[in-house]
Parts: sequence; structure tokens; C-alpha cells
Amino acid sequence: MAEAAAPPAPGWWSNAGERLKADRTSLVALFGLAGLALFAFVAPALSPWEYDSLDWQHLAMFPGLTASHWFGTDRLGRDLFVRTLHGVRLSLALSLAAGAVSLLIGVAWGAVAGFCGGRTDALMMRFVDVLYSLPYLFVVIILTMLFERGSLVALLVALGAVGWLTTARVVRAEVLAVRGREFIEAARALGLTPAAIVLRHVLPNVLGAVVVYATLIVPQMILFESFLSFLGLGVQEPHASLGNLIYMGAQEMESAPWMLLMPATILVLLLLCLNVLGDGLRDAFDPRGR
Amino acid sequence: MLRYALRRIAAMVPTLLVIVTASFAIIRLAPGGPFDQEQTLPPVVRANLERLYGLDAPMLEQYGRYLRALAHGDFGPSLRQRDFTVSELIATGLPVSATLGLCAIALAVLLGIPAGIAAALARHRSIDLGLSTLVAIGIALPAFVTGPLLALVFGLHLHWLPVAGWQVGSPRYLLLPAVTLALPVGAYLARLTRGGLLEVLRTPYVRSARARGLGAARVLWRHALPPALLPVVSYLGPATAFVVTGSLVVESVFGLPGTGRYLVQGAIDRDYPLVMGMIVVYGTLTLTLNLLADLAYGWLDPRARQEMVAYG
Repeated sequence: MAEAAAPPAPGWWSNAGERLKADRTSLVALFGLAGLALFAFVAPALSPWEYDSLDWQHLAMFPGLTASHWFGTDRLGRDLFVRTLHGVRLSLALSLAAGAVSLLIGVAWGAVAGFCGGRTDALMMRFVDVLYSLPYLFVVIILTMLFERGSLVALLVALGAVGWLTTARVVRAEVLAVRGREFIEAARALGLTPAAIVLRHVLPNVLGAVVVYATLIVPQMILFESFLSFLGLGVQEPHASLGNLIYMGAQEMESAPWMLLMPATILVLLLLCLNVLGDGLRDAFDPRGR
Repeated sequence: MLRYALRRIAAMVPTLLVIVTASFAIIRLAPGGPFDQEQTLPPVVRANLERLYGLDAPMLEQYGRYLRALAHGDFGPSLRQRDFTVSELIATGLPVSATLGLCAIALAVLLGIPAGIAAALARHRSIDLGLSTLVAIGIALPAFVTGPLLALVFGLHLHWLPVAGWQVGSPRYLLLPAVTLALPVGAYLARLTRGGLLEVLRTPYVRSARARGLGAARVLWRHALPPALLPVVSYLGPATAFVVTGSLVVESVFGLPGTGRYLVQGAIDRDYPLVMGMIVVYGTLTLTLNLLADLAYGWLDPRARQEMVAYG
């Protein structure tokens, strides 16, 4: 059994890379995103403030260069620049982790359902349908109740638990299409176990759909996370997330509008870049979809 | 068709039962309890409270009791909002939430579908590009960003509309929340309409309708639009679920006395019956609306109808 898992098509990855390079909007989004991420990880070190340090001399200060509060401060004198970037960092890390978790669950679930077929498939997909029909926030809120308020594990579990549903559906549909092909039959005839067939022959062939979906799942996760933090169910003070910063900003927008505008702008930029990049990757990996 | 509908309605009961059971189990496994407050209660008081609400019984018995009450339409008392039953709380909030949701959906349909048609007809010209950009932004912007921003601009700066609050029968208080909620749905509807219409406009039967000399308007309204709107109809089911979710945030942003706060506050307070009641009410609602969307789809698309009859 020395055969390697065959790539979907010769030059598939490099073709997609070429198409992506030709797509100027996606490239701008990619660089914007990379810049933002780098900025979020490096720039807080340039500021003399910490995300939870209080500057009693400058409470609720307008953005400006004085006292190096570039985005201003909040009512407790905490530096908004550092807090916003702290939030971006947390959002990115959480959403990447949650995206990875939900991809793993989704791919496994969809592959097993699609490959087994029959009653197993019906039961597994019925479960997905039920979860799908509920407003996802209900599922998330119930799951966050399982943990202490504000624990990052709770957020991760809750986000991962709703993200996998669409992946499972997409993967199942792709697996169903691959399942009846001759090379699967050949693998069976060679005596491979079902697990080996799924891992070595089915999954590599559905990877395209997974890659495409994976890029769209990250902005979704960022959105869910901010959503929860906005409602007070996610990241808790003194930690900053884009969601709870926007919540604080909305409370103070009458006297300190920058507290709303700064984190909101960053969140919108982040989401726009991710969405545009996701669309670009989808077109690059699946040119038929255009 | 009727058999299909009945079968689907019958299938809702076990689905709901699964949802209720799973939520009950998870909520009860959750750490903390409804009587954990800043001040710890004396153990005797606490035990008495737990006995009063039947929380000291074995879990299975509590579950059975809850189901029995539920079958009689009784959601039980709220554990934290004393003197109110869950039904009373939901009944006071539901009219507000329902008004908000219905207005948002109506607004989204009225804005999104014409925008999608205009974009498809003006394909790749500046109108299309402008609309598509707006749509991308509308989809990317979450309600908790657009809501405060709209309130900031139209409420605080221009003083056109109230920043927050609610008065029964006053549309001024409804406008900003409804627009906030409608924007992403409308944007998505526009995208679906545009895509659907572009696809249909390429089909041979539209070409032949044109070849027969039918006017552009007649081709659009009679031949192209009905099938192009099918994806829109099937999205309306998920859209209502989206609106329900979004209204949690919108109600919190604009301080509306809807049901949304009960779910969030109930989860934080560990107010078990309140959270369960919200799940039952909204679970039933979304399942029903999904079913209605499916039935509407079958009614509009003869192929889907045949399938429904065959499997019904």
C-alpha cells in the first residue's frame, strides 16, 4: 500500500495561487489583513500603556498625540489604542482556533455521514438539521452557560459548536459525489478498511470545498465572538475584545464618540478584508462558481 | 401536499422534544445556580427556596415535571423576576419583538429585492457595481456596529429620531431598530435576487420569450422573475432565524422592551425556567417559519411540489 493520496488535479494549488495573484481586490484584502494582524501583535509594544493600566491624568480623553493615547482613553483612563489591538489579537486567535475546531468536527461528521450513508447518514444529518433550524445564538448562549462566565474555553466550545454545521453539510455532499467513483471501488477491492479509504482517498478529494469554506468561517467566528462579548456573554472586563469595546463605546457615545468609532472601524476593516479575501479564494479555488 | 405538510408538522414534535431535553440537560449541568448572588444566602433560606421551586427533587423527576407542565402550556415561574411567571414575561416582550421582526423583514424585502433586480438588469454597469459594493458592506457590518452608528448620526447629531426607547404605536421609535435589523437581511436578499435573476436571464426559455417578441417588462415579470425569486423564498426561513438572533442585539442597543433581554439575562442569572421558555417559544417559531418557507417553495416550484407529494 505505498500509493500516496492523489492530489485533486496536477498543479491545483499553484493554479489557485496564480488566479489569486491576478485578483487585485483580494490581494489588497490579503495585505490589509496581514498588516492589521502584524500591527495588532507588534504595535501595542510601542505604546507605553498596558491594556489594563489606568492613566488618572487623562480620563475619557479625545484621541490625539498627547500622552501617546493615539485612540484616546476610556472613562477609567485606559488606553484605547492598546485595548483595541488587544481585542483584535484576542478575536483573531479565538476565531482561528474556533474555526479549526469547527472544521475538524465538520469534516469528520460530514465524511462519516456521507461515506456510511443509509440510516447513519439520515440520523447524523437530521441532528445537523435540528441544530441548524435553531437560531445559532440560542445554541451558543446555552453552551456558554456550561462554563464560568467569561472563560475562553467556553467561548471556544460555543463558537466551534455552531461553526461546524455548514462544513458538515458541504463535506457530506462532496463525499456522496466521490463515494461511487471507480477508484473508491478499487480501494475497496484491494481490501482497504473504510477508515483508510476515507482518510486516504475520499478526504483529499473533498479538500477543495473545505479550503473554500474554511476561509469564510473565520470572519463568521470573529462576528460571533464580538456578538457574544457585546451581549456580555463573551470576553469579560478587564480584558478587551472588539465586542465589549463596542458595547462600552455605545454606552458612552454621547460624550465620547471615539470610544465607539475606533473599535467599530477596526472591526469593520477586519471583517471586510476577511470577507473579500474569502470570496477571492473561493473564486480562485473554484472558478466555475463565478 | 397536505399529507406532506401534516407529516412535517408531526415531525416537529419529536424535534422540539429533542431540543427541550438537550437544553434542559445542558442548563442543569451548568455550574452556578439561580440563587447565587453577591450576598450568599443562609443555607436554610436557600434550601427553602430550592424546595419552593422544586429544585431539590431528583433531576429526572424535575424533567418529568417540567414536560408535564409544558404539555399544559405552563412554562413555570421565573426564579429571579419574582412574582412573574415566564409566560407573563414573554407575553409582555413578544409584541415588541414581533413588531420589530416583522417590520425588519418587510423592510428587507422591499429594499433588497428591487435592489437585486436593478443590479441584475444593469449588469456590470455602475449601478450594479455601486449596489454590489453596498451589499458587501451591508452583509459585513454587524448590527451591533450599525445600530450604535445610526443612533449616533440620526439620534444624537441630527436629532431626527429618538436614540433609544419605546412607545407603543409610535413608529418613530421603531424606525432605527428596524432599519438596523433589516440591513444585512436586505443586502443578502439583494445578492440572492441578483444571482437568481442573472442565471434565469441566460436560460433558453427567456431567450425564446424575447424571440417571440414579448416586451422587456413582460419577459421580466412573467417569465424571468418568478423562478429567479425561488432562492429568495427558501432564504426567508433562515432569515427569520437571523432576525430573531439579530433582535437580541438590536433590542439591547436601542433599549427596547422585547424578549431578547430575557434570554441573555436569564442565561447570566441561571434563571432556568426563563431560558427554557425562550428556547421553547423561539424553537417552535423558527421550526414553524422554516416549514412555511418550505411549503411556499413547494407551492411556487412544481418540481419541488412533486417531490413533496412523492415522499409525503
